Amino acid sequence: MLLSAGAARADVAVGDLFPPLPAATGTETHGKVLLVDFWASWCAPCKASFPAYGRLNAELAPRGLVIVAVSVDDDPGAYASFVRRFSPPFAVVLDKGHALVERVRVPTMPTCYLVDREGRIRYLHAGYHGEETDRALRKEAELLLSEK
Amino acid sequence: MKPKPCLILAALATLALGSGCSTTQAVRVHPWERSLLADSIMDPGRDALGSAMMDHVTFSREAATGGRGVGGAGCGCN
Repeated sequence: MLLSAGAARADVAVGDLFPPLPAATGTETHGKVLLVDFWASWCAPCKASFPAYGRLNAELAPRGLVIVAVSVDDDPGAYASFVRRFSPPFAVVLDKGHALVERVRVPTMPTCYLVDREGRIRYLHAGYHGEETDRALRKEAELLLSEK
Repeated sequence: MKPKPCLILAALATLALGSGCSTTQAVRVHPWERSLLADSIMDPGRDALGSAMMDHVTFSREAATGGRGVGGAGCGCN
């Protein structure tokens, strides 16, 4: 079978405007510093990242950081079960039909994007590497929040 | 001198294979499509008894043992 498949690449890169989030997100993101995380219930590093995003949310949400976790699960049941188990204190949404991720084309799972108040991607983190990622995200989010 | 038909065929076959190889890419499963790869059913070592039996067969027939250090399933995350 001959299929032409493009190599994994982030079609949405640093400096680009982040595409519109699914309407079901239900969170006001206009003019906010945004952390968009792509995750899945079958992805072990994604599970490890959720408590860290919870801490980041507790620290920086009062200053204006909005975290939106976009699930690429095919199975809505697995998505719902994960959300019930972790009860994330930030917005989570299911990317139905992979509409958003097909556009963004994340390089790996998980991948998160830090978006500035103008909607432009400023930082991209491919994968979750524990404290190293936590430190970098905190520093970068604080930098973006300090910009007016 | 007229070229032999078998040589012409061999040249054509080489050309066809060469052009096919140069334009065909391996099918790649995107990172967000790997849920089935992460399923435990994809782990060849999930049945401990079955693995032990296969180890015994390999050892008794081929005097070979070990070589099971590489994991089978996974989403290739991170």
